[in-house]
Amino acid sequence: MPSLKEYRNRIASVKSTRKITSAMKMVAASKLRRAQIQAEASQPYATKMFDMLSRLVAKINIDDSSPFLLAGTGNQDTHLVLVITSDRGLCGGFNGSIVRKARAQIRELLDENKDVKIICVGRKGRDVLKREFASKIIHTFEGLGKKRLTFADAMEVSRFIMDMGARREFDVCHVLFNRFKSVIAQVPTSTQLIPFFVPEKDEEVAAEPEAVYEFEPDAEEILKDLLPRNLSVQIFRALLDSAAGEQAARMTAMDNATRNAGDMINKLTLRYNRARQAYITKELIEIISGAEAV
Amino acid sequence: MTAPLSSKTFRFELVAPERILASEDVTMVVVPGGEGEFGVLADHAPVVSSLRPGVIAVQHPSGEMKHIFVSGGVADVTGALCTVLAEEAVNVNDIDSVAVEQKLEELRSAASDAVDDVAKADLARDIAIAEAKLAAV
Repeated sequence: MPSLKEYRNRIASVKSTRKITSAMKMVAASKLRRAQIQAEASQPYATKMFDMLSRLVAKINIDDSSPFLLAGTGNQDTHLVLVITSDRGLCGGFNGSIVRKARAQIRELLDENKDVKIICVGRKGRDVLKREFASKIIHTFEGLGKKRLTFADAMEVSRFIMDMGARREFDVCHVLFNRFKSVIAQVPTSTQLIPFFVPEKDEEVAAEPEAVYEFEPDAEEILKDLLPRNLSVQIFRALLDSAAGEQAARMTAMDNATRNAGDMINKLTLRYNRARQAYITKELIEIISGAEAV
Repeated sequence: MTAPLSSKTFRFELVAPERILASEDVTMVVVPGGEGEFGVLADHAPVVSSLRPGVIAVQHPSGEMKHIFVSGGVADVTGALCTVLAEEAVNVNDIDSVAVEQKLEELRSAASDAVDDVAKADLARDIAIAEAKLAAV
């Protein structure tokens, strides 16, 4: 049985752990709020971009001469997977779930005899994927949006991908990230970036009387200009979602840790008091039996 | 200060990836289209145009003009709404010409050192943006 002093030390150490986790929780909560505001603010651009693209794509025919970002290379052989995780840990199952999905998807592609290339955003994802797919990882982005995520961060990633695309180093590109569904739920999501996924024209939209648009210079030219921007925007959205999700996951994890630490302190205090009473009783018995002996 | 050509207003929105920069009722907007500048008044025919780096002039109902530099993008015009999507936008008055000149110098020297075509094309674009920015002041 541990001594009273040992109990006291244990309790003190768990208390300081609790202080740390609860501080981390509060920091994550405030960062989460900021990330959410940022994600919301970036919504209009993405929506407008998507609207415009759908309108443009409806206007033109996709053939071999279509831009790479829209039509791909026509092959399906080499897949580029962009895996977005966090740089830091202590955020529950956040990175685990995305890595698990990435691993499943990559294995599936390999089973189909496709070539796979991986780009990691975030240290955590790279560290785990390296164990199994070290030869497939071609680049890692670290420290993106350390202070605050900017559009320039997304452009850095998209430029890298576009350069690869210009050299025809892949045929299809997917991004894997945690979609921020709510504070308690982040959904690992896989989205196709290249070729640009054209939304199916549903009946409703088609039936709408559409204004006759003029295009300057023409639809193809604008599309060529818009597609790279759209790639950056989609990556930006994914990064923002992931950043918000990371903070949300950390907040939940730290909340749990704080609660567990509290439970542990209660249990230890109970045991400490019991031990203390046993000690007092023992001393009393010693005194009494000593007095009786006199 | 010029009197508005038309008193009818429409909505002008300037949207950057990170946030909406402006959303206001205006009487006229002049945008640097890829094929030349064009003015937009209320009830303009719907048009989608690419933009080159240049200055957007916005006229408010009071006749007051505002000049905003954009690094390129797209304009989507409908009768009641003119939306400009731009990656970078600054008020012309806020441009620090010394800083831009310095950046231009850096870019030019980087461009003369660049070897591969992709980097060259990127730099050429950045230089064009910086030059247009300087011209806007």
